[in-house]
Amino acid sequence: MEILYYPGCTLKNNATNFEESALAAMKHLDIHLKELDRWYCCGTVFSMAQDNLMLKFGAIRNLIRVAEQEQDRLVTLCSMCYNTLRRANAFMRSDPERLRKVNDFMYLEPQTYDGNVRVMHLMELLDQDYGFERLKEKVVFPLNGLKLGAYYGCMLVRPQEFSIDANYESPDIFERMLNSIGAEPLDFLYRLECCGAYQTVTDPEVTCQRTYAIINSARRVGCEALVTSCPLCAYNLDQMQEETEKLFADFESLPVFYFSELLYLCLTGRFKQEWYPKHHVDPKPLLQEKNLINEVVV
Amino acid sequence: MKKIGVFVCHCGLNIKETVDVVEVARTVKEQNKEVVFAQDYIFMCSDPGQNLIKQTIEENNLDKVVVACCSPTLHETTFREAAKEAGLNEFQLEVANIREQCSWVHTDKQLATKKAIKIINSLIEKVRLNDSLEPVEAPMTKKALVIGGGVAGIQAALDIAEAGYPVVLVEKSPSIGGHMAQLSETFPTLDCSQCILTPKMVSVAKHKNITIHANSEVDMIDGIVGNFKVRIRKKAPYVDPNMCTICNDCAEVCPVWVPNEFEEGLAFRKAIYIPFPQAIPATYTLDIDNCLGLSPIACGKCREVCEANAINYDSYDEIIEEDVGAVVVATGFDLYNMEKMQEYGYGKYPDVIDGLMFERILSATGPTGGQVRRPSDGKVPKSIVFIQCCGSRDPEHHNSHCSRICCMYTAKHAKLYKHNVHDGNAYIFYIDIRSGGKGYEEFIQDSVEKEHIIYIRGKAAKVFQEKDELVVWGVDTLTGKRVEVRADMVVLAMAMVPSQGTLDLAKKLKMSTNEIGFLTEAHPKLRPVETVKAGFFLAGAAQGPKDIPDTVSQGSAAASKALALLSSDRIFHNPETALVVEEYCCGCGICVSVCPYGARVIDPKKKIALVEEVLCESCGSCIAACPTGASQQKNLTDSQLSNMLNAILKGVS
Amino acid sequence: MTDPLKRQQTLRIRSNIESDDIYKAIVKISQQDVFRCYQCGDCSSGCPVLEFMDITPTALMKLCQAGDWETILDSRTIFICASCLQCSSRCPKGIDVAAVVEAFREIKLRAGETIRRVQDSPLNRAGKLPPIALVSAFRKYAGV
Repeated sequence: MEILYYPGCTLKNNATNFEESALAAMKHLDIHLKELDRWYCCGTVFSMAQDNLMLKFGAIRNLIRVAEQEQDRLVTLCSMCYNTLRRANAFMRSDPERLRKVNDFMYLEPQTYDGNVRVMHLMELLDQDYGFERLKEKVVFPLNGLKLGAYYGCMLVRPQEFSIDANYESPDIFERMLNSIGAEPLDFLYRLECCGAYQTVTDPEVTCQRTYAIINSARRVGCEALVTSCPLCAYNLDQMQEETEKLFADFESLPVFYFSELLYLCLTGRFKQEWYPKHHVDPKPLLQEKNLINEVVV
Repeated sequence: MKKIGVFVCHCGLNIKETVDVVEVARTVKEQNKEVVFAQDYIFMCSDPGQNLIKQTIEENNLDKVVVACCSPTLHETTFREAAKEAGLNEFQLEVANIREQCSWVHTDKQLATKKAIKIINSLIEKVRLNDSLEPVEAPMTKKALVIGGGVAGIQAALDIAEAGYPVVLVEKSPSIGGHMAQLSETFPTLDCSQCILTPKMVSVAKHKNITIHANSEVDMIDGIVGNFKVRIRKKAPYVDPNMCTICNDCAEVCPVWVPNEFEEGLAFRKAIYIPFPQAIPATYTLDIDNCLGLSPIACGKCREVCEANAINYDSYDEIIEEDVGAVVVATGFDLYNMEKMQEYGYGKYPDVIDGLMFERILSATGPTGGQVRRPSDGKVPKSIVFIQCCGSRDPEHHNSHCSRICCMYTAKHAKLYKHNVHDGNAYIFYIDIRSGGKGYEEFIQDSVEKEHIIYIRGKAAKVFQEKDELVVWGVDTLTGKRVEVRADMVVLAMAMVPSQGTLDLAKKLKMSTNEIGFLTEAHPKLRPVETVKAGFFLAGAAQGPKDIPDTVSQGSAAASKALALLSSDRIFHNPETALVVEEYCCGCGICVSVCPYGARVIDPKKKIALVEEVLCESCGSCIAACPTGASQQKNLTDSQLSNMLNAILKGVS
Repeated sequence: MTDPLKRQQTLRIRSNIESDDIYKAIVKISQQDVFRCYQCGDCSSGCPVLEFMDITPTALMKLCQAGDWETILDSRTIFICASCLQCSSRCPKGIDVAAVVEAFREIKLRAGETIRRVQDSPLNRAGKLPPIALVSAFRKYAGV
């Protein structure tokens, strides 16, 4: 299977482990994630200002790129890209007048945009097109019941119409995937609660408070690590643990994975050396303790 | 030439302010030769107004009358009665609506006056060709049907029966009593629900005029008011109610356990069971869907041990046909499904329950013997969070309506909990408190002042379980601070919705409902227990959320309406029905297929269409559908309509 | 203007706010009907950063209905909002509360008021701070 893939800004620098692990893991499943040619920044946040079309153009341009390739599907890894691209698409599609304006403005683009690109998240692709049962069969090194907290955050489940799982108050797609690779996902209080997002830049103490609450709630039910799908969440939950420790004396750290790192791990038994420095809380002790690293890395 | 009289009402200022009534009266007389009398008057519907009509008819020997006033839905009957008293056939009087359709919707007096004149002219044209008609008569069957054996149906049945008329009471479940039988104590008096209900249930059982069909549903009701033909489907009575001695031997030996509906799933029953000890009819019932099977007989133990020989496996569903004159629909309510509110965790957390489940826990005859225990581990809960407005007042995701009783029963639940667990803490998350009934406000204030129940104003967002505690996230909007409460149990005040099956029944009986299925009353203020379907009355929560006092009141109110019907010997039906112009009818049968009332038939011999006048409700569907124009309406024929249009369009180029 | 007696503010409830420029702007930007709100508190109950706000989302909606633009525009609330959409997803009256807050933010940004200088953020985490954080912060706080 080949499908166009949208990396987004951060996967090329701070979160290269996210991208690498995903591409490599998918290769094992015969899924070729083909990077979208001339992709453009999606804008990160979806602007809720209904009267400003400019702020959505970045996202739309990417969908035009997909249409240029005569494709109608685009897969993303980052939850925020997933959310923003989907909402921008729906925003344009919902009003024919708007669609016309967008196309008029972007007259230099080779293609008119008709809103027919479906934006998917990799988890959705694995669930609907590949099948978690099939994924399970491909797993060579199941995760030995590793207790994980599947952290959805906001962008995978809100707004309701763009939720990755129709049951947005009680989703289970992430847990089902983790189950199929041999982990034990645990329900924790803050799994759908915001990490603080962009507050980390100007009001880092806000994100520290969130990190403190989220990690604690995962610890309380016995989670050994968190899993996420967004580099901003990963930054707040992982890197910001350093600041959180300074503010909260009783804070105990917890490693944070990208879901694709775990996919790669269960398919190959390996966790690449280059990925460790990307994590603030070193996951190696946990992986070794659980006998999850099955190949001696030179 | 006919002599027509026209009366133009001022309706105080309602019409007079926007329509020059004097000018109108003068002009219509001038423009129509046949109008021999035209006068304006301040209030035509008043006694002097009506007397004016009567006098004028008598003095001027009028053949036809037009009253220009408000909508005919209000006073057509009043004026027609007046005409009748003066010796004029009532159908020779027409109402011209110059209020709702003129003065109330326009501001330009000149134009509104011109329009009023046109409206009246058109009604003059109509009445000119009106025939004198006599109401269609049909006999009245002096028997009533009550659908639903909850307290509304029970009250209605008792009132009708006491007046001396036979009543058939149909109940879907094995026993009458409804949800009220499940309650522990009722607000605001905190008297035991079953203690006040069971005497009424026994009266129903013993009353010579009431026949109860339990385990039964109404399949179909044909006919019209006064002459309904009802088809009732009764489930196979494997246990004979007249023989059963409720000794319980059968249940002892039955191997099948099923969740007990009466206990809201908190306890189990056998496949052969009695819903509760005071059930009426006082008999056990065999739940054939969960029995191991009777063909072939998989078990057979219950019949073996029954000393009263009350069990007969060779039993079949029965169709019972009844003729009745009036129907009271009292099918009651259910609670909105908690699964629709995943943020509160029902299904994931066993200690998140709804109000009816809590009633069973509080109830002395319930699964915990009246001791408050939580479902997961039977522990005594030291704190309970109650969340109001679950699924109510939420047009975006659930139901837009307020369910009326939740504020009161939540306060009651909190009180009863604290009476049982003296050191327990009760927290109630609310948005508003609605306590309008007699003694209700005092009840609520007592909960705060005396019982120290903690009220927090803010809708709770989420319930989550950590270890064996439930965490509730909310806010106190009055202080603007976030609230997190940890409790042992959470009780959700779920919205009151029409009982399951009401929508289907309404479709079958062609009764009107709102979007979620509450049955529609004829007029929300003035006719709350009647429907637009003649002979059908409503009572109780099926019409809208309400408490027990209002439900019982409606039961009696519906009964009184039914009795008004039953006490007359004949029913009179409006004769302004459809008619068939035989020469034009080709017998195609389109009218038969469009009639919602089954009033059109094809005469097998003459092969043309006929109208069953007692069934015709003058809706006009057959007239619109008829391809040849054979189908017409009495006193609204094509030529009348044509003349009316001409009168309106005169002068318009 | 500090009040020497430090009195509680009076809520100035104004009628006919529909003709206010700010009201019109809020409606144009958010496309929400603020009058639908009945202050149930569901939005505030679910807000992850409520403790950092000076006025709750519930109070914000009420102030909006009263036309008290000053209090809202001066509040910390509108810039602490993380647009997590918990409020919008739960509102029983279907109000996109986050969009209303965003509209107030937009009003300030379009007036050229940059409330938070992103470039002066307290922790110099150059290299560690991911582009996704910088770009979203700039977009929300500097209106770019």
